[in-house]
Amino acid sequence: MGTSRRSLLAGASAAVAVAPLSRARAQGTTIRLGVLSDMSGPYRDATGPGSTVMTQAAAAEFGARGFTVEVIQADHQNRPDVGANIARQWFDQGVDAILDVPTSSVAFAVNTIAREKNKVFLNSGAASSDLTGSQCSPNTVHWTYDTWMLAKGTGAAIVRTGGDTWFFVTADYAFGHALQRDTTRFVEAAGGRVLGAARYPFPATTDFSAFVVQAQASRAKVLGMANASTDTVNTIKAAREFGLHRNMKFAALLMGLVDVHALGLETGQGLLLTESFYWDLNDRTRALTTRVRRANQDRPPAMVQAGCYGAALHYLKAVADMGVAAAKADGRAAVARMKAMPTDDDAFGPGRIREDGRKLHPVFLFEVKAPSESRGAWDYYKVAATTPGEEAFRPLAEGGCSLVRS
Amino acid sequence: MLDFIENLLGIPAPLLFGQLLLGLINGAFYAMLSLGLAVIFGLLNIINFTHGAQFMMGAFVAWMLLAWGGLGYWWALLIAPLIVGATGVVIERLMISRLYKLDHLYGLLLTFGIGLMIEGVFRNEFGSSGLPYRIPAELSGAWDLGFMFMPVYRGWVVVFSLVICLATWIVIEKTRLGAYLRAATENAALVQAFGVNVPRMITLTYGAGVALAALAGVLAAPIYSVNPQMGTNLIIVVFAVVVIGGMGSILGSVITGFGLGIIEGLTKVFWPEASATVIFVIMAIVLLARPAGLFGRA
Amino acid sequence: MASETTAGAIAPVTRDESGIWGFSSAQLAALGVLLIFLGVAPFFLYPVFLMKLLCFALFACAFNLLIGYVGLLSFGHAAYFGMGGYIAGYTAKAYGFTPELAVLTGAAVAGVQGWVFGWIAIRRQGIYFAMITLAMAQMIYFVCVQAPFTGGEDGIQAIPRGALFGSVSMASDMSMYWFVAGIFLAGFLMIHRIIHSPYGQVLKAIRENEPRATSLGYRTDDYKLVAFILSATLAGVAGGVKSLVFGIATLTDVHWSMSGEVVLMTLVGGLGTVFGPVVGAAVIVTMQNYLAEMGAWVTVIQGAIFVTVVLAFRRGIVGEIAHLFRVKL
Repeated sequence: MGTSRRSLLAGASAAVAVAPLSRARAQGTTIRLGVLSDMSGPYRDATGPGSTVMTQAAAAEFGARGFTVEVIQADHQNRPDVGANIARQWFDQGVDAILDVPTSSVAFAVNTIAREKNKVFLNSGAASSDLTGSQCSPNTVHWTYDTWMLAKGTGAAIVRTGGDTWFFVTADYAFGHALQRDTTRFVEAAGGRVLGAARYPFPATTDFSAFVVQAQASRAKVLGMANASTDTVNTIKAAREFGLHRNMKFAALLMGLVDVHALGLETGQGLLLTESFYWDLNDRTRALTTRVRRANQDRPPAMVQAGCYGAALHYLKAVADMGVAAAKADGRAAVARMKAMPTDDDAFGPGRIREDGRKLHPVFLFEVKAPSESRGAWDYYKVAATTPGEEAFRPLAEGGCSLVRS
Repeated sequence: MLDFIENLLGIPAPLLFGQLLLGLINGAFYAMLSLGLAVIFGLLNIINFTHGAQFMMGAFVAWMLLAWGGLGYWWALLIAPLIVGATGVVIERLMISRLYKLDHLYGLLLTFGIGLMIEGVFRNEFGSSGLPYRIPAELSGAWDLGFMFMPVYRGWVVVFSLVICLATWIVIEKTRLGAYLRAATENAALVQAFGVNVPRMITLTYGAGVALAALAGVLAAPIYSVNPQMGTNLIIVVFAVVVIGGMGSILGSVITGFGLGIIEGLTKVFWPEASATVIFVIMAIVLLARPAGLFGRA
Repeated sequence: MASETTAGAIAPVTRDESGIWGFSSAQLAALGVLLIFLGVAPFFLYPVFLMKLLCFALFACAFNLLIGYVGLLSFGHAAYFGMGGYIAGYTAKAYGFTPELAVLTGAAVAGVQGWVFGWIAIRRQGIYFAMITLAMAQMIYFVCVQAPFTGGEDGIQAIPRGALFGSVSMASDMSMYWFVAGIFLAGFLMIHRIIHSPYGQVLKAIRENEPRATSLGYRTDDYKLVAFILSATLAGVAGGVKSLVFGIATLTDVHWSMSGEVVLMTLVGGLGTVFGPVVGAAVIVTMQNYLAEMGAWVTVIQGAIFVTVVLAFRRGIVGEIAHLFRVKL
């Protein structure tokens, strides 16, 4: 089929692009952006090839300003060793910045290497707020979202509407624990209580009925889902099947457009979720979507993919501002310049990057539309609340980042 | 009695009954999948690692029938196993049939490789995040059992898979066709000499085993996300179920499937983190105590 | 039954030419090529990639010791590889162990683990042996997910490479490469030595016909157990080195798919050949590295290789070459 042939061609050209990288060429006036993402696993649709498309869109929009931009991509297979291997190789062979990198364990590995090699790491796909906290680095910008922001966005909003007793279904790994921990803090701060939690083995679980029934038995008002992707979809399906929606609210703490697509509006309607980008938000996001839709296999960009666009565009602006040679020589200086310049792009609007590497932009609480409200393909959200960037993310002093002078 | 259970285990009895029931439902999937594996192993001596991918194909074909052909759940239940079973026949003729004289290892590796390819192709075509498939109107809704809220569809899964398991068992143990099959497992040359086309029988058996996997896939489509990796996590557990039951034992795989579903369900209450590991602990213990599995012939 | 047919499919044991160190002339030539490659490669190829390759090559050689020479298919070797990596990484990071000490500690723990698991597993044959090893590896996986020292899904990050014997810094990729190459060569030669010792001859006898070996008065279980422990220990060495090279130890290395990967490497290279696992590891690691840009097609290509090897090149690359030229490799 057309789509698969296209991705095959894209893959093949990328392979050609990366193989003959020589040191001589790497010193020239070309900025190389490497999109390191999950191209074959569960996060492929929310990140993956779409992240490459969006990075290319940023390069196209930036245009030619004295240097050329080359975008290459690779699959880290959600394996930290594979990701670390590619990152080392890319940096050693002339890649200036690595983008995306979903899956926190891989992101931490790349974070360390970027710092060691003094290159640039523009993370969009990973969730852990530790990237701008205990693990923060002068070479890293965390662009799109993090666990803290998700917990506040969805957790605090639901307590405010009366959902003050919670039961968590949590994926038993670092990300799930972090999401549950952060959300618990907001729930308790707002006067709510956590009645219990079931930690299920990740990724070996397909049936969630046992856990949703435990949640039901707890008589909590809110079902908190501290998981992601297919697991979240399966949890919601099971919860609806067992009738939890009659007396419980569902809080999917990390859920995106592609997950709603997988769930279908019939099952997903009424869900509250937090994202920092939606294609149908305003004229600028719609214009961006129109520009990239064809290249993106006729799908609107998802949040993380849009993040790659925003981060790449801002990085290129900083490079143009400080000079290509200086930017290539010193990744730390390039990130410092990015922090010094205000950001503005079609996906996230105006914003800025904080000294700990956290990108600040407005965060939205969306409600999933009912099938009757949806006017067409991918028309899934309506905005329920907006939080300004300065309030949506963890306060600078609380992260424990060593770059922050107290 | 109920009070006694509550005091002993520290959890409310209704919750415990509910979890036992849910375990039974999960066991229905294990039973159907391990049944197909057992049938294939019994006759072909092949450990079919493609089973997870074929389960996934069943769910996807159901989705395609609805999305592209407008054919709903009931048609899918009939057609999807036939289509996927037919692909199984092709795979057996082209590839697996070349391996019968060799060690299990090669069959396992071959089918593992085929599984990887199928999964990769589906991921390229349909992405990884999954597709929606709705519970048919006739089976939506739920019963209030007093101690829990029981979706009609889950009840249907248990009843339907019990019927299928029983039917398979009857075909193999009580019919003339089944007698040929069993005889061919013991001594293929002799059965061939009696004028039975053994290679064709083997091919069709593989097709039937695969069709059982696809049938389980159709059953799973409305309640799990239909995505390319939906069989991957399941296959290794089902594999363990077959080993515990005794490789090639039809009855053993069915009983073990339901039994382990229940044990897993209980683990999900008392120590949910361990629910994926408990089956392997049981497998190790069973293999040490009874090398051929619970129901296998040594 | 399973072990007999396995043996039938691989290169049969011919007369044992005892050249230098038990190497045949063809093997000596291949060893020469390998040594030259080890010496020259880092100046042309990317050292980190080479180190990864060598770690997996050693892992595959360790695995091959069991399947190729004793006829035991372990489907849980990731447990020793991964545990070796965790222990080496943890001791290097938390206690500041020097690299050689960290790797040795990791190997020792993997060896003890292999002793316990091997003692249980060798009571069963064929597919049941494979299943028991798988079951125990799944338990180790569970321990690694739950235990605090492994760091769960994030793994142990930023493991220092340290300084060899506390004095030679391993920070540069080149010095680390020589360390890794040295360990690989030592492990490789050790396995070869074991196979060609009298002990190794008994192992092969067990592979060919266990009842006969028993009737000759050999306590076959003891022999199998020692082979299992050696294999697990060397897998632990490989895992430990890998975690130092990359500075991370994660769940990937204890997951069952890693157990499958080492089977693939050994099979592609050639079961029961001395150089097969090295070639197999090189092919698979190179493929993973250079196909990473292909995205989801990697799975399809990997599957296709499995299928092709099983259907057409059952002896593996090295096994087919050896068969073609009628030599032992």
